[in-house]
Amino acid sequence: MNSEKKRHLNLYFQLHQPRRLRKFQFFDIGLKDNYFDDDLNRDIVCRIAARSYLPANRLLLKLIRKHPQLRVTFSVSGVLLEQFELYAPEVLYSFKQLAETGAVEFLGETYHHSLSYFINCEEFIDQIGRHQQKLNELLGVTPKFFRNTELIYSDAIGKIVADLGFEGIYIDGIEKVLNGNTPNALYRHASEDLVLLPRNYQLSDDIAFRYSDKNWSEWPLTGRKFAGWISMLPRHERFVSLGMDYETFGEHKTSDSGIFKFLEAFIDSAAARKTITFINPSEAIRVLPAEQTLSSTRAISWADQERDLSAWLGNDMQRDAFDSLYKFHDAVMKSRNEKLISAYTYLQTSDHFYYMSTKKGSDGVVHQYFSPYGSPYEAFINYMNVIADLEFRIKQNTQRLAKMKNSVSNPLSVIPSDT
Amino acid sequence: MKVLMFGWEFPPHISGGLGTACMGLSKALIDAHVSLLFVVPKAYGDEAIDLINASEVIIGEETLSLILEEATVEESKVITISSGLKPYTYEESLQTCEAWNWEYISSPRIVKVLSGGARYAFSGKYGPSLMEEVARYADVAPVIGSQYSYDVIHAHDWLTFPAGIEVKRLSGKPLVVHIHATEFDRAGDAHINEEVFAIEKRGMEEADAVVAVSQWTKDIVVQKYHIDPAKVKVVHNGIVQGEEPAKASLPKISDSVVTFLGRITHQKGPQYFIEAARQILDYFPDVHFIMAGSGDLLPAMVDRVAQLKLSTRFHFTGFLKSDQIEQVWSVTDVYIMPSVSEPFGITPLEASQAGVPVIISNQSGVAEVMDHAVKVDFWDIAALANAIISILKHKGLSESLKVNAKKELKTLTWRRAATQLNQLYHEL
Repeated sequence: MNSEKKRHLNLYFQLHQPRRLRKFQFFDIGLKDNYFDDDLNRDIVCRIAARSYLPANRLLLKLIRKHPQLRVTFSVSGVLLEQFELYAPEVLYSFKQLAETGAVEFLGETYHHSLSYFINCEEFIDQIGRHQQKLNELLGVTPKFFRNTELIYSDAIGKIVADLGFEGIYIDGIEKVLNGNTPNALYRHASEDLVLLPRNYQLSDDIAFRYSDKNWSEWPLTGRKFAGWISMLPRHERFVSLGMDYETFGEHKTSDSGIFKFLEAFIDSAAARKTITFINPSEAIRVLPAEQTLSSTRAISWADQERDLSAWLGNDMQRDAFDSLYKFHDAVMKSRNEKLISAYTYLQTSDHFYYMSTKKGSDGVVHQYFSPYGSPYEAFINYMNVIADLEFRIKQNTQRLAKMKNSVSNPLSVIPSDT
Repeated sequence: MKVLMFGWEFPPHISGGLGTACMGLSKALIDAHVSLLFVVPKAYGDEAIDLINASEVIIGEETLSLILEEATVEESKVITISSGLKPYTYEESLQTCEAWNWEYISSPRIVKVLSGGARYAFSGKYGPSLMEEVARYADVAPVIGSQYSYDVIHAHDWLTFPAGIEVKRLSGKPLVVHIHATEFDRAGDAHINEEVFAIEKRGMEEADAVVAVSQWTKDIVVQKYHIDPAKVKVVHNGIVQGEEPAKASLPKISDSVVTFLGRITHQKGPQYFIEAARQILDYFPDVHFIMAGSGDLLPAMVDRVAQLKLSTRFHFTGFLKSDQIEQVWSVTDVYIMPSVSEPFGITPLEASQAGVPVIISNQSGVAEVMDHAVKVDFWDIAALANAIISILKHKGLSESLKVNAKKELKTLTWRRAATQLNQLYHEL
C-alpha cells in the first residue's frame, strides 16, 4: 500500500513545568528579591522526571528501535529545559538520544510558556527566539513548526509565526474553528504561507482524560482497541494528530494505571497495521495536501471546555493580575536591570494565572490539581505581592538611574566643594 | 472582694479583641486589690497572670458518665467526641482560604486520668466544634466553682455564659455577664445564629447585672434582647498604657498608605473601605491600601478589588501576628475602622498609640470615648473618602490628630474601668 492510501498519525507530546513562586507575603515586599520556590520546583521536576519523562523516553526509544517507521513530536518549554539542565540533566541526555534517531521532531514555543503575545509582540518574538536558542544549544535542533502556549491561536498569532519563518503551527481542532470540516486534515492560514495542524481533541482526550475513567463506556481502553478506532476513521481523513501532556504518562496517570503498557500496545498495534503510518509535521506538509483555509479572529486554545482564554483570563482576579503585569512592561524594559527583566519574563508564565481560576466542575478540578495553592485567592494574593515588590524595585531603580544621570550631567556635584 | 471570672482566650493566645480586653481588665482589677480567679478553657502557661486552666480540671466519674452517654465513645485512653456540628461562623473560609485564616479546632478531647476521673483537653479556639466546647466548659465550671470561694461570678461573652450560669446555680452567688460583642454585631440582623442568640439572651436574663462595653452595645442589649435597662451598666474599655513601639523596619511602598486592620467580616465593614479607596484612587492614583486581617469575606473582597482593577494598590496581608501589626502601623498614614456595628473597637486606640491618625464609624463604641478621631457613618463612602484624603493631604490635621489622640489615650485607662466594675460588685 502506498502512502497515499494510508492514514498519517502524528503523536505530539507537550512538556512543561513552571517556575512556581515562593510564598511571598506582604511583609516581604521590598525586602526579598527571590520570587521563586526553587526547592519545590526542583523536587517536582525530579519527581516527574523519575515517574514520567525518563521511563516514557526509554519506552519510546525502545519502540523506535523496534519500529523504525515510528515518528514522535515533542515540545518542551524553555523554562523546563533550563530546569532539566539544573536538576535533571539525564532527561536532556535521553532527549538527545531520541533526537539522534531522526524519528523525533521538536517544536518551537515561547521560552517562558507565557501569555507574552498578549503583552507585547516584541516580547513574544523575543521569547520564541530564546527558546530556539536553548533548543539548539541543548539538543542541537532547530524547530520549523510552532505551538503557542496551550495551543493559543488566532489569525494574528499565525501571521507573526509565519513571518518568523515557521512552516506550520498546531491548533486545537475545535468545532468553532473547523466550521464543519474534519479535524483530521491539514489546513492553511487564510493569508499567510502557514500550515495549520489541528489536534484531534476527542481522541487525544480519550487517552489524557478518559483512559482512567471507570464510568466511561469504553473503559478499559486497550492499545489495540484505540489503534482500531484510528484505522476505522473515514478513508479520506488522512491526518490524525494526537496531542497531550507528556506527563499523562506516569504522572497524571500513574504507572499502576497501565498507561505505559497502553502506549506500548497502541504503538505496536498501529505499527502493525498497514493502514496507519506515523508522521512528523515536516514530512506531513510534504506528503499531505493542505487545501482549505481556517480562520479564527478570536483566540482559541486547548484549555478547559471553553477552549478560549478563560483558563487564564476568565475572572476579575486573573484579568487584573495580568493587566498589572502588562502595565509594568515598558518600565521594566527601560530599567535596563537584568534581574528585573528576568523576573518579569518568568512572571508571564501562564501557570500563575491558571492557578487563579475560580472555575467549578471538572475544569475546576483540573486547575486545582495543578495548583500549589490552597485556593485561587491565595494564588492571586501571592502573585500580587510579587508584583508589588516588582513595582517597588522599578521605582528604586528609576531613582538610582536618575541620581546617576544627575551626577553625570552636573559634574560639579561630584567635585568636593573645598577644591 | 473575690471574683471568679470566666474567659475564653487570653493573650498572647488570642484571635480577637476579647482576650486583650480580659487581660487589661484583670490586671487593673488585681491592682485595685480584687482577688481574681480567672478561668480559661486552655491555658498555655505564658500568660501575664495566673490562670485556672479548665483543661486540667479533673471531672468525677459521675459527671463524666453523664457526658459520655451522649457521645460516641471509643475504648481508648484518649477519647475523641465527634461533634457533628458544622462550623457556624467561618464556614466559607474553611472552603477557600483556610491556610490564611484561623487555626481550626477539632473536637475537645477527653483524657482519662490514672487516678480516676477525666479531664477535657479544650482548644479554646473558634472552630467547627466551638458549640461543643462551650457546653463542655459549662460541665467543667461547677467543679471549679466548688473548689474555690468567691463573692461574685463574672462571665465574658456568650462562650462563657453557660459556665457562669451553672456556677451561679451551684453557689448562689451573683452573676455578672460582660457583653464585649453581640450576635447582632458579628452576624448582622439578617444572619443571626439562633443558638448563639439564645445563649446570649439566657445569660443576660439569668445575670444579676449586665456590663456593656458601650452605650451602643447597651442599646442593642435593651432593644434586641429586651433586658431591663436598669440592669445594664456601661463600662468602656481602656487601653494598656505603653510607649510608642520602636518603628519596625518595613520598606515604605508609597508615601500615602491607608490601612484597614481587623477581621474581614460583615461586622467590620471592609467593603466600605474598598469603595472609598476606589473614589480616592480616581484622584490620587499613588495611594496604597492595606487590608490586614482575615475572615469569611476575604475572597469576596479580593474579587471586588480585582473587579475594580485596583489590585496593584491593594495589599492583602492575611492574619497578622502581633509583631506584624507593629510593622503595618509603621508604614501606615491613616487607619480606618468602618465598622457596621462595633461594640467597642480597641484597634483605633492601638493605632493612636502607634502614632497613626484614626477614622472611625459612628456605629462604634469607641466613638463615645474618642474625641480626637474623624468620625463618619460607615455607609457614607464619600465622607469616608473625604476624611482619608484630608488626613493624607493636610499635615496639620494629621499631626494634631496624632498628638491629641495620644494625650487622650492617657485618660482611657483600664483602671477607670476596674473602678466602675468594683463599684458594681459591691452593689450586688
